[in-house]
Amino acid sequence: MIALLARDLRLAMRAGGGFGLGLAFFLIVVVLVPFGVGPQSALLSTIAPGILWLGALLACLLSLDRILALDWEDGSLDLLATSPLPMEGIVSVKALAHWLTTGLPLVLAAPVLGILLNLPASGFGWLVASLALGTPALSVIGTFGAALTVGLKRGGLLLSLLVLPLYMPTLIFGAEVARRGAEGLAPGTPLALLAGITCGTIALLPFASAAVLKVNLR
Amino acid sequence: MNINALWAYANPKKFIETTDRVLPAVAWIAALMLAVGLVWGFFFTPDDFRQGATVKIIYLHVPAALMAINAWLMMLVTSLIWIVRRHHVSALAARAAAPVGMVMTLIALVTGAIWGQPMWGTWWAWDPRLTSFLILFLFYLGYIALWEAIENDDTAADLTAILCLVGSVFALLSRYAVNFWNQGLHQGASLSIRPGERMDMVFKLPLYVSMAGFVLLFVALVLVRTRTEIRARRMRALLARERMRA
Amino acid sequence: MIPDLGKYAVPVLASYGVSLVLLAGLVWASLHRSARVRRALDEIEGRRKTDG
Repeated sequence: MIALLARDLRLAMRAGGGFGLGLAFFLIVVVLVPFGVGPQSALLSTIAPGILWLGALLACLLSLDRILALDWEDGSLDLLATSPLPMEGIVSVKALAHWLTTGLPLVLAAPVLGILLNLPASGFGWLVASLALGTPALSVIGTFGAALTVGLKRGGLLLSLLVLPLYMPTLIFGAEVARRGAEGLAPGTPLALLAGITCGTIALLPFASAAVLKVNLR
Repeated sequence: MNINALWAYANPKKFIETTDRVLPAVAWIAALMLAVGLVWGFFFTPDDFRQGATVKIIYLHVPAALMAINAWLMMLVTSLIWIVRRHHVSALAARAAAPVGMVMTLIALVTGAIWGQPMWGTWWAWDPRLTSFLILFLFYLGYIALWEAIENDDTAADLTAILCLVGSVFALLSRYAVNFWNQGLHQGASLSIRPGERMDMVFKLPLYVSMAGFVLLFVALVLVRTRTEIRARRMRALLARERMRA
Repeated sequence: MIPDLGKYAVPVLASYGVSLVLLAGLVWASLHRSARVRRALDEIEGRRKTDG
């Protein structure tokens, strides 16, 4: 499974692999926000945690179909299915690869973008913490959505429609942690709930994703 | 070639035969209860001293909200039956119920928002209950979209069943998340009438009749739509055979 | 005949109006599709019987 992970990481890093596109999108969204709502610092400070969370979430969303579609198209997915690796392991590795190449860079970029949005000083740490805890869930949930739509041409829009409602609990608690941190309040409860959701999805959702892929590979 | 072999499962045929007998009765009783409940509630009940005439909206809002949730629960059960027992009628019933549930959710949303307008002063407020129904609406949308997107009937049935399962867990999660999300705001404004909670009999009775009407309407519509799905599936199978022969 | 709804006439009537329209639309669409599919199926079954 390590070999699979290494392969996926290498593929993502190559030119045309999509690495960096998520970051670029994140940047663009954050830059667009002040143009949309006006440049007043106080307003931007208030909405900064939410916007940063939304931007990261959308950037994750956009790179989801890459998780499985490429392997589906060239037949590698069929090969992987016949290998001795359990399908649950395969989808977990795929999700991990997505997180390492998309989620993690977003987490690291967020503080920098926070400066653009006048994020209050106390908010930076909690922003990074909430994103670090939340983005793995986004990758795992996204892998489930990608598995559902893997066989479809132009399934991107459907993928978004399916995945975005599933993202809501993570978004709610993650943004709440970031917001409370920015306002200097205690973020303990949403942090725990966010962590709970992430752990739950990592532990259980791969079984659903694997079942879905097996159906699609029939 | 054995003609009956195309009715690959005895179940669909028996389902249609049984519902042939049952459906008209269900439909008529549904129409009757709906008419009685709504007419009674609209014309023959007093106004609430706090909410004025808007209390009349409960005869639509509460039953619709009830059915919005129950429809999803029914889809969950039938999806499980499909996964475990592979009865096609079960999968098709889930598919049939989704649009009905979605319309119920929409009615609950619209009436809920309108009901809140005199209280909140706006046509929409991110009240936890309303927001939860909005999220439920999105789940219905995604479920229906997935059925429409996949060509192979069995694959579609399997994928939508798994989506329904996973979606149910997340819908529950969202409910708690949304309650948490909105607890800080002005709380006095949430829709507070629940059946049985200090509600006078003069309101409760027409409400129960209306709820019964909605339940039976749901049943009738799902029966009609499931029969349609069964026939459509048979039609697709026959068309495929024709194409193969040509 | 319509009871005095006072200042809430618009919300109440709007609720009833929208709900009944949606329900009627749902019922009509379900019955319409049912009839259409049934006709199409009968047509195909008819073709099969004549072809053998």
